[in-house]
Amino acid sequence: MSGASLEAHGARREGEPAPARILRAMPSLFRVGFASAIAYRAEFLVWVLATNMPLVMLLLWTAVAREAPVGRFGEAEFVAYFLATLIVRMLTGSWVVWELNFEIRQGTIGMKLLRPIHPLLVYATDNLAALPLRALVSLPVAAIALWWVGHGQLASDPMLWIVAPIAIAGAWAMTFCATSFIGTLGFFWDSSMSLFQLWLGFFFVFSGYIVPLELLPAWLYDVVRWLPFRYLLSFPVEAMLGLVDRDEALVALAIQWAYVAAFLALALWTWKRGLARYSAFGG
Amino acid sequence: MIRYAKLLGVQLRASALLTLQYRLDFFVAGAMSFFWTATALVPLLVLFQQRETVAGWTWHEALLVVAWFTVLKGVLEGGIEPALQNVVEHIRKGTLDFILLKPADAQFLVSTSKFEVWKSADVLGGVGLLAWALVSVGWTPSFTAVAATLVLLACAVSILYSLWILVISLAFVVVKIDNLSYLMESIFDAARWPSSVFRGALALIFTFVIPLAVMTTYPALALLGRLESWRLGAAVGGAAAFALVARLVWTRAIARYTSAGG
Repeated sequence: MSGASLEAHGARREGEPAPARILRAMPSLFRVGFASAIAYRAEFLVWVLATNMPLVMLLLWTAVAREAPVGRFGEAEFVAYFLATLIVRMLTGSWVVWELNFEIRQGTIGMKLLRPIHPLLVYATDNLAALPLRALVSLPVAAIALWWVGHGQLASDPMLWIVAPIAIAGAWAMTFCATSFIGTLGFFWDSSMSLFQLWLGFFFVFSGYIVPLELLPAWLYDVVRWLPFRYLLSFPVEAMLGLVDRDEALVALAIQWAYVAAFLALALWTWKRGLARYSAFGG
Repeated sequence: MIRYAKLLGVQLRASALLTLQYRLDFFVAGAMSFFWTATALVPLLVLFQQRETVAGWTWHEALLVVAWFTVLKGVLEGGIEPALQNVVEHIRKGTLDFILLKPADAQFLVSTSKFEVWKSADVLGGVGLLAWALVSVGWTPSFTAVAATLVLLACAVSILYSLWILVISLAFVVVKIDNLSYLMESIFDAARWPSSVFRGALALIFTFVIPLAVMTTYPALALLGRLESWRLGAAVGGAAAFALVARLVWTRAIARYTSAGG
């Protein structure tokens, strides 16, 4: 962020510390974000419809489980699992890598740099402001899930219900920070999107998006538990459905937030380094 | 006809020359193709570790479907999508006028304006997978089976192309549709599974509205010599109908196009 613009903007309120200024800007940022989410509602709807992979996998696995259960997954378990996956995916998805890539290439990111607030924070509030809309589509899915398979599939341990929301928030933060990191690499590297494709490929297989992780071969499962992908999707789902016990959930939560911190640090670092050598395209 | 064949040659050469400037991309595309094919196989592997057959398909037969899916994905991403994405850009900027002014069919010109030659890596990967699956099944398809498969493949490409023309025609009405092709891609993704997995309403949609079954499951069945001949006829008829509707909608859309700049 350029010091000159900070000064220009901060001049009106001399001596106010930066965090307070940012806090004061938050409500307007959320309002703007929400308004743009409403304005692009058609695109949002398309995105929701495009998040149909869990439904396809649901059909596939229930077709398999109809003959006999797979591991401890019967038909009802698969339905609950993939609908929960759909909900977590809709709540935690992020477009920041596309936005960053587009804005860096087009040079329009310059506009964001002029503002006296960290652009990644602007992207984050933009994303969070769409949360009411995301909840609006997630709630019917949850209702259908409950109606379809009943309460039996949900976690019975109240502790897991404390863990689950934190895990969903963690999944959101991890997704945002990791994709921001990949997006910021666009400052250095023209084909950072290839890296994102790679990330996406690993995500599909190792996050539990297309197959519950515990059904993977045992040796692979042991590896996957330490990779970041499980904590983007599978872990919140496991907590909601009670597929993990209390101790394991707490360990997983710690791992998840360690990943959040790591990806945040990486994103901020590449952002700083990238900006230092960035001289807008066409500028 | 000869004129259009020559035009196609010119457009192809232009695309090839353009992509030759980015030779490194070939290796990236090859590696990515390998990687995506591998990830596509993981759920299949997990699935067939649990069962001998799924919805009437054995592991190697299901591989045939994945192979056709990979081939078609390469054709779609290399031969159809890049050019039609261009149209959206043209409409937004108002530069489509320059294409409409040219003395050749506009649909032909826009459809051949850009090829991602490197995506042929996907097609090669798919064919490799196909050969491997056939060898492991231990089945040598008859000449008629191969012929039927090739006809079905042509149908599949034609249907894919028609679907994308229909989507792009929407761009004349609603300008922002980059997402729509993303949506179509996500739906097309379901084509990697044998169609007998899907039942009820989804089975109808995937056979008639967005005929994924025709694109990947039918060719696999034909290669195994298990496709009834009436289905082959229906696929050809369906593909022709799709092409006709797409052409009609496209001409309508062009007719009501009033340049963005004007």
